[in-house]
Amino acid sequence: MAFAAALRDAAKATAVAFGLFVVMVGLRTDVGPTGALFLRTRWPEVAMLCAAIFAARLAMGLWVMPRFMKAAGSSMSGPLARIGTFFGMGLLVVAVILPAIPGIERGQIDLAILVLTYIMLGWGLNIVVGLAGLLDLGYVAFYAVGAYSYALLAQYFGLSFWVCLPLAGILAAFWGILLGFPVLRLRGDYLAIVTLAFGEIIRIILLNWVDLTGGPNGISGIPRPTFFGLPFNMSGDPGTFAHFFGLEPSPTHRVVFLYYLILCLALLTNWVTIRIRRQPIGRAWEALREDEVACRALGINVTTTKLTAFALGAMFGGFAGAFFATRQAFISPESFTFIESAMILAIVVLGGLGSQLGVAVAAIVMIGGFELFRDLGEWRMLVFGAAMVVIMVLRPRGLVGSRTPTVALGRKRAIGAEFVGEGRG
Amino acid sequence: MSTTTTGILRVDALTMRFGGLLAVDAVSFEVPRGTITALIGPNGAGKTTVFNCITGFYRPTGGGVHLATHDGRDVVLNRLKDHNIARAGVARTFQNIRLFAGMTALENLLIAQHGPLHKATGFGIGALLGISGYKAAEAAAIDHAAGWLRAIGLLDRADDPAGSLPYGDQRRLEIARAMCTGPSLLCLDEPAAGLNPRESDDLAKLLLAIRDGTATSAAPTSILLIEHDMGIVMRISDHVVVLDHGRKIAEGRPAAIRQDPHVIAAYLGEAEEE
Repeated sequence: MAFAAALRDAAKATAVAFGLFVVMVGLRTDVGPTGALFLRTRWPEVAMLCAAIFAARLAMGLWVMPRFMKAAGSSMSGPLARIGTFFGMGLLVVAVILPAIPGIERGQIDLAILVLTYIMLGWGLNIVVGLAGLLDLGYVAFYAVGAYSYALLAQYFGLSFWVCLPLAGILAAFWGILLGFPVLRLRGDYLAIVTLAFGEIIRIILLNWVDLTGGPNGISGIPRPTFFGLPFNMSGDPGTFAHFFGLEPSPTHRVVFLYYLILCLALLTNWVTIRIRRQPIGRAWEALREDEVACRALGINVTTTKLTAFALGAMFGGFAGAFFATRQAFISPESFTFIESAMILAIVVLGGLGSQLGVAVAAIVMIGGFELFRDLGEWRMLVFGAAMVVIMVLRPRGLVGSRTPTVALGRKRAIGAEFVGEGRG
Repeated sequence: MSTTTTGILRVDALTMRFGGLLAVDAVSFEVPRGTITALIGPNGAGKTTVFNCITGFYRPTGGGVHLATHDGRDVVLNRLKDHNIARAGVARTFQNIRLFAGMTALENLLIAQHGPLHKATGFGIGALLGISGYKAAEAAAIDHAAGWLRAIGLLDRADDPAGSLPYGDQRRLEIARAMCTGPSLLCLDEPAAGLNPRESDDLAKLLLAIRDGTATSAAPTSILLIEHDMGIVMRISDHVVVLDHGRKIAEGRPAAIRQDPHVIAAYLGEAEEE
């Protein structure tokens, strides 16, 4: 019975593949010796592809799918949560000693910085989307506000990175509240559209306000961060980082410093989120995600609760933006396009709404994998899409879909993904 | 006036219009303090609309809703936002259960105590830095929640997600959650809907215990309920208000209501013009 069904399924898939490949592979126009175009047919290739798809689909129907279904049906949340704690600790240890691991070069540390930036952005957005359940498609706007805040404050007022970092966070939080007010009454799709528009508005303002932001040319020469006043440079002069510590000047110093800086910022985001989840305000966010009407009936001020989520999420986006500006020393509106928002949201959704560890793993896999497969060229988008489909089939609520209670009378047991809400507004 | 005759809730010529539809037409009644008052009537009589006006989910077109609080103040509910109505001391449950399904039973009861807990954290900032007396406040809140879980017989399921509880348990948990807000008036929208006879019995006992303040250490609480199950209404309520087509047609003790010709006509559809 199962075999017949799998056979039918495979035949269907092959028919679809045949329809596609006849035009995509089977027929090809080539330039002939005289310069004229002629039609070349490649039927053997089509036959081979169809046979491969038939075999693969049949194998999938017979062996892989039944196992998938079993895995998706059974609750794996309990043991997974326990493994997760150890796994998270392991990740943290690796992150802390990463620059000291032999064989790690500058390029890899640069990649790690990029991954950590996205982890931080993912954790920041996780507050809004994962905990409060408010779908925000314009998160990159806060990233941009943070980056431009630092760049402009440094350019016009000569403020240092350490002064600008909190200011960038505060300004981004302010914009978060500004966005929050008009969208308080919106839910679901409508909220998504308005936040998407907000992200674009910020980008377009940055693009067109040439007097202030330099428009499409961006801002260059943004000051690099200093080690508590000691600049990193290659001269080895007194008063530089290398001279002060008696080291040979090396460009690696700054990279390692930037690495630890973003690690600290990301861990700060994580620490604040974990702490605040156990506070009444964090619980109110999750309750808001589960059921807004019930929240109102219990005397929770939905307005301020939503606004704090927007503001806090935006603040961490702003921190990450300031870091981005100081790391690149150059920013332009091109870095803050919608695809960035989509990427961060994909990290949160694939990682599991509300799960800190899931978001970190998703960021590592997505950003790390994206860079690792750079050689594949355009094909990596295909791999990326396929990976997303696989995750959504296997674990529709993300890698870590379960939820750990914030408080318990007895032992804390993970709550299965089937009960946890995704938020509708 | 003596305290026994003062109402805790006074609904005064309440009118609610949806476009051309007059859902509630100048309804006035009082919920006496320390009683269970039932709001009954055939389908479409406007019971839930009255309820939503009292709890702030609708803003009435006309009339007023007055609550006498613990400290004797008179609060005009229809001028407040819904979350402030809850804070003023009116808690409610929903016809279709609205628990936080992905959170444990205990968490559900803690969210109901959000107001005082949030204050104890210094509005989130103090507790983040670990400098406030939040721990003591949280321990007290957990104690309070555990008391209610014991009262509804769900203490051993405190750490299970609310969505995994059986239907009857979810109903009782929602009532406990409403009670955890420390209300002076508890509004229940069809609490017995979908319960089997034994669960209904348990519910009736629970409601009487809440009225008398014997369920937990909480103070006696007046109850206003909408209910279709006449068995329960007649057994536990002290006062009954009957609505039909948006109008109040009768009010009184259950025994009197049972004999009232208007009520019988409304329920059995006897044409009065015969």
